[in-house]
Amino acid sequence: MSHIDTIPDEPKPLVRFARMLWADKFALAAVLFLLTVLVLAVAGPHWLDGAAQKQNLRGRNAPPFEWERGWLWVLGADALGRPLLARIIVATQNTMMIAAGAVVCSAAIGTVLGLIAGYAGKRTGEVILRLADVIMSFPSLLLAVVVLYILGPSVGNLIVVLSITRIPVYLRTTRAEVLEVRERMFVQAAKVMGASGPRIIFRHILPVVLPTLTTIATLDFAFVMLAESSLSFLGIGIQPPDITWGLMIAQGKQYLTTAWWLSFWPGLAIILTTLSLNLLSNWMRIALDPVQRWRLEMRQTRKGETA
Amino acid sequence: MIPFIRKRAFASLVSLILLIVAVFFLSRLTGDPAALYLPSEASEEMRQQFREVHGLNDPIMVQFGRYVWDLLHLDMGESIRKARPAFDVVAEAFWWTLQLALITMTLVTGAAIVIGSLAAFRAGGFFDRVASVTSLIGASAPDFWVAIVAIVVFAVGLGWLPTSGTGSVWHWILPIAVLFIRPFGLIVQVVRGSMITALSSAYVKTARAKGVKARPIIFVHALRNAMLPVITVIGDQAAALLNGAVVIETIFGFPGVGKLMIDSILQRDFNVVLAAIMITAVAIFLMNLLIDLAYSALDPRIRH
Amino acid sequence: MTHLLDVRDLSVEFHTAVGTVHAVKRVSFHLDRGETLAILGESGSGKSVSSSAIMDLIDMPPGKITSGQILFDGRDLLKLPASARRDINGRRIAMIFQDPLSHLNPVYTVGWQIEEALTAHGADRATARAEALRLVARVGIPNPADSLKKYPHEFSGGQRQRLMIAMALALKPDLLIADEPTTALDVTVQAEVLALLEELQHETGMGILIITHDLGVVAEIADRVVVMNAGEVVETGETAQVYRNPQHPYTARLIGAAPGKGEMHMPVPQAEPVLSVRNARKVFGRFTAVEDVSFDLMPGETLAIVGESGSGKSTVAKMLLRLEEPTAGQALWKGRDLFAMPPAELHALRRDLQMVFQDPTQSLNPRMTVWQLITEAWVIHPAILPREKWKTRVAELLQQVGLKPEMAGRYPHQFSGGQRQRIAIARALALEPQLIICDEAVSALDVSVQAQVIALLDDLRKRLGISFIFIAHDLPVVRDFADHVMVMEKGRVVELGPVRQVFDSPQQPYTQRLLAAGLDPDPEVQAGRRAARLALAG
Repeated sequence: MSHIDTIPDEPKPLVRFARMLWADKFALAAVLFLLTVLVLAVAGPHWLDGAAQKQNLRGRNAPPFEWERGWLWVLGADALGRPLLARIIVATQNTMMIAAGAVVCSAAIGTVLGLIAGYAGKRTGEVILRLADVIMSFPSLLLAVVVLYILGPSVGNLIVVLSITRIPVYLRTTRAEVLEVRERMFVQAAKVMGASGPRIIFRHILPVVLPTLTTIATLDFAFVMLAESSLSFLGIGIQPPDITWGLMIAQGKQYLTTAWWLSFWPGLAIILTTLSLNLLSNWMRIALDPVQRWRLEMRQTRKGETA
Repeated sequence: MIPFIRKRAFASLVSLILLIVAVFFLSRLTGDPAALYLPSEASEEMRQQFREVHGLNDPIMVQFGRYVWDLLHLDMGESIRKARPAFDVVAEAFWWTLQLALITMTLVTGAAIVIGSLAAFRAGGFFDRVASVTSLIGASAPDFWVAIVAIVVFAVGLGWLPTSGTGSVWHWILPIAVLFIRPFGLIVQVVRGSMITALSSAYVKTARAKGVKARPIIFVHALRNAMLPVITVIGDQAAALLNGAVVIETIFGFPGVGKLMIDSILQRDFNVVLAAIMITAVAIFLMNLLIDLAYSALDPRIRH
Repeated sequence: MTHLLDVRDLSVEFHTAVGTVHAVKRVSFHLDRGETLAILGESGSGKSVSSSAIMDLIDMPPGKITSGQILFDGRDLLKLPASARRDINGRRIAMIFQDPLSHLNPVYTVGWQIEEALTAHGADRATARAEALRLVARVGIPNPADSLKKYPHEFSGGQRQRLMIAMALALKPDLLIADEPTTALDVTVQAEVLALLEELQHETGMGILIITHDLGVVAEIADRVVVMNAGEVVETGETAQVYRNPQHPYTARLIGAAPGKGEMHMPVPQAEPVLSVRNARKVFGRFTAVEDVSFDLMPGETLAIVGESGSGKSTVAKMLLRLEEPTAGQALWKGRDLFAMPPAELHALRRDLQMVFQDPTQSLNPRMTVWQLITEAWVIHPAILPREKWKTRVAELLQQVGLKPEMAGRYPHQFSGGQRQRIAIARALALEPQLIICDEAVSALDVSVQAQVIALLDDLRKRLGISFIFIAHDLPVVRDFADHVMVMEKGRVVELGPVRQVFDSPQQPYTQRLLAAGLDPDPEVQAGRRAARLALAG
């Protein structure tokens, strides 16, 4: 019992996460799918741009599953005869870039504002909260249309608009967490040592808040993707010749009864990506919470591992 | 509790005012209405006359001042496009959206609470997995895509339901069904998470030690404690619906406020845009107030 | 003869990230009607898990009962279906818990919750309401009829525990399991609650299984005791017997670690005080937390501030460190007033005054290694130590507090509670302070570890000449190492004097009551004290 006991060694964090991922096969599948999407987003246009642009007026609205044409045409072709699979792969880059850009911007700004609102004085906090309220009560669609009309619908502007509407989510969550964490004992201990405000915020409070933010950001990514597709669907988002999955669905709307596959496959792509993000976010919520972690760890130690 | 409501009301009022100011000035920036409403051959004098009649030549501050004055008299101006009071135009459209939103959210709340609670009770079990997967898929699907697929399958393919319009009860089924899916998926997730936390709390342990049966433990002990975060999400989703499920309204030909707003922006009908935002914002503000009241009704610690 | 409760050979294990934990290993004990059995053990001993098994409260997964029987009135509970166990819970076996606030549902009235104990087993609303009223009055809650309509957060800690007792006894169970029922309560309240339990036991003839880590509680209320360590039963027997003649070395160690048995310090020679507090006052809105508090602190001595909850003792500490802004008064530290110091000067002064907090699990940032935790002091105050010397100094500090230098790369959660508090002490020492304030620094630790940490603090004081202000909520803890003792009640100083004077001849009635309410670990001594306390009250 002496105070110089040996302490059991713990597996490294990376190993722990790998094990927890293995315990949840759905999340594992989601991660693999998302990695594929990431690869396609980076390499897609470079690889298939030529094939995606090549029009083939004889193969207009070709139906899917006709294997004679080649594997690129397995999902069918669009109104100009371009292979759908290739187009979907190429469109991955824009879709992901816009969503990622919006999430990164809104998360960064929202978190900083939330940190300030939570830690600074009551007045500053209230003012920042009002700002968040105003943004939240703004119909996001109106904001989108207005901004896109003034600045023109481009990828960059789309990112700006989508970011602004999502800032309050990060702001409020961060603020709420900061308010709670700053009362914790280790923050008091840091104050007693003489730590400055910024040091307390970035060294002590932020690391506690990050897991929640990561979980939210994952969900938010999905939301922004859906929002962008809605905007593109309405015609005020991405404009041709740029292409995203949402725009592809819009372009296929007129052929609904004759060539359903034009809208169907891009929609499926969106669903699968969003679904994977949701599964990943759920997994993260358990994996990053020391209290709930046992649910994932137990499933895998049952296979004969003893202390 | 009254000072609590007063504080919230004041805060929301400030937000409302900021909102109106912001929108008024922003919407003016999208272009000149005269150019839109009059044919392109119209002469400059005709445009001038148009602007005179509709007060668009005065300095912007004067226009704003006039607007606020009228607002206090509940006069929101006339719709340039429809030559009717803007308020009437918006109110009609809002009524459609409100019905849609209320019915959908009621169904969503009821279903999500029951299913989420049952899933949380045997977390990891079969029902939970099925519920989780279904709700996840639901929360992941773009609503316009689901709408399109639904139309193709049910309206065109099977011919059971009409494709658009607002004639009969049947016309409501598809729009509500499509609008239902996403909030349902999200809220089931939140309910489930919140209930799992509540079910592992100390007071549930006490209830089990008392010999209370499973159903009261879930629906009496845990549920009320779990509802607080859920209510926040319900409010957010309801606000989203009230803001106008634009896409759904467009696809199904529902004359709701979302569609009205988009059309009015594209046609630069200022008064309608402002009136629509006002009415929607007031509705959301009232809803937030209701939610705050619900908080204090649910949790006695907040009341004190 | 069939015992009321007969636990035989019970084993429970849990699956965790680091493998399987055998929380309970082949534990056996028994209990009869009218008898009080105490399970005595420190944290991790398996005492709570054993009792949770009786009530079917263990979550399986991740837990699993791997062997044994729990015979209640002859029937094995582990073989009964869930519905039968639910029927027994509340009706024949009831349980009360350690922290009544979190164990009562915050959104329902206490009246409703007590009634539920009855209606869940078939009583009708009207009978339940009448019975709830009677129970609440019986356990000593003022204004019973009104109280039924109130919510848990509207009561004090002691009242909440009484309400839990009322709820548990609603159906007159044969067995009451009490899991650390008084650990979270003030000393004076603790005595009352234990007395209430004994009264109720005489009335109803029920058996009580009380789980505790406090030898004083065992001495006060238990007939027999089962000592557990690391999941196993190490000793069983009659309380007085076990105390006088412990058979197992662990029991002997536990008894030896009980505080308040040593030599008190001799009076300290008068000198120039290093800290002088005059008329300190702190007001929160309409509530006065600290009123007119004055005291002196001599260099190299330990001043103990003792008080129950709400006495303001922690607030005084926070005021000295300016974690709370004082409303009035002055605190002269080597001539300069701490309360009036501007932030720039205060920053330099942080090096002189440091604090060790109550709960080391919460006061150490879980994401920082021991190295980072200690060296943070020198990052904030670079003047103390140049970077080249950090490694040696960290090793020195760790050794000073009894830890190995190799442990510097680990995280707090890899250590035990006592070790974590040592890390916190090392962190405080890093700034080379002259005054260390310990805010209930040992209250969250196991008894055997408490004694070690207190010994460490005393040793550091002698070697390094640091002055200490030690805040505690009961008197025996400070008896062996304090020089002066200051007793506080409701924000005011009730008594202040050298330790021998306060303990041997307390002047004020509150101090006397506080001393009398303390529970002595020796059952015979405690029996005598109980008689004296009843005489004082009656």
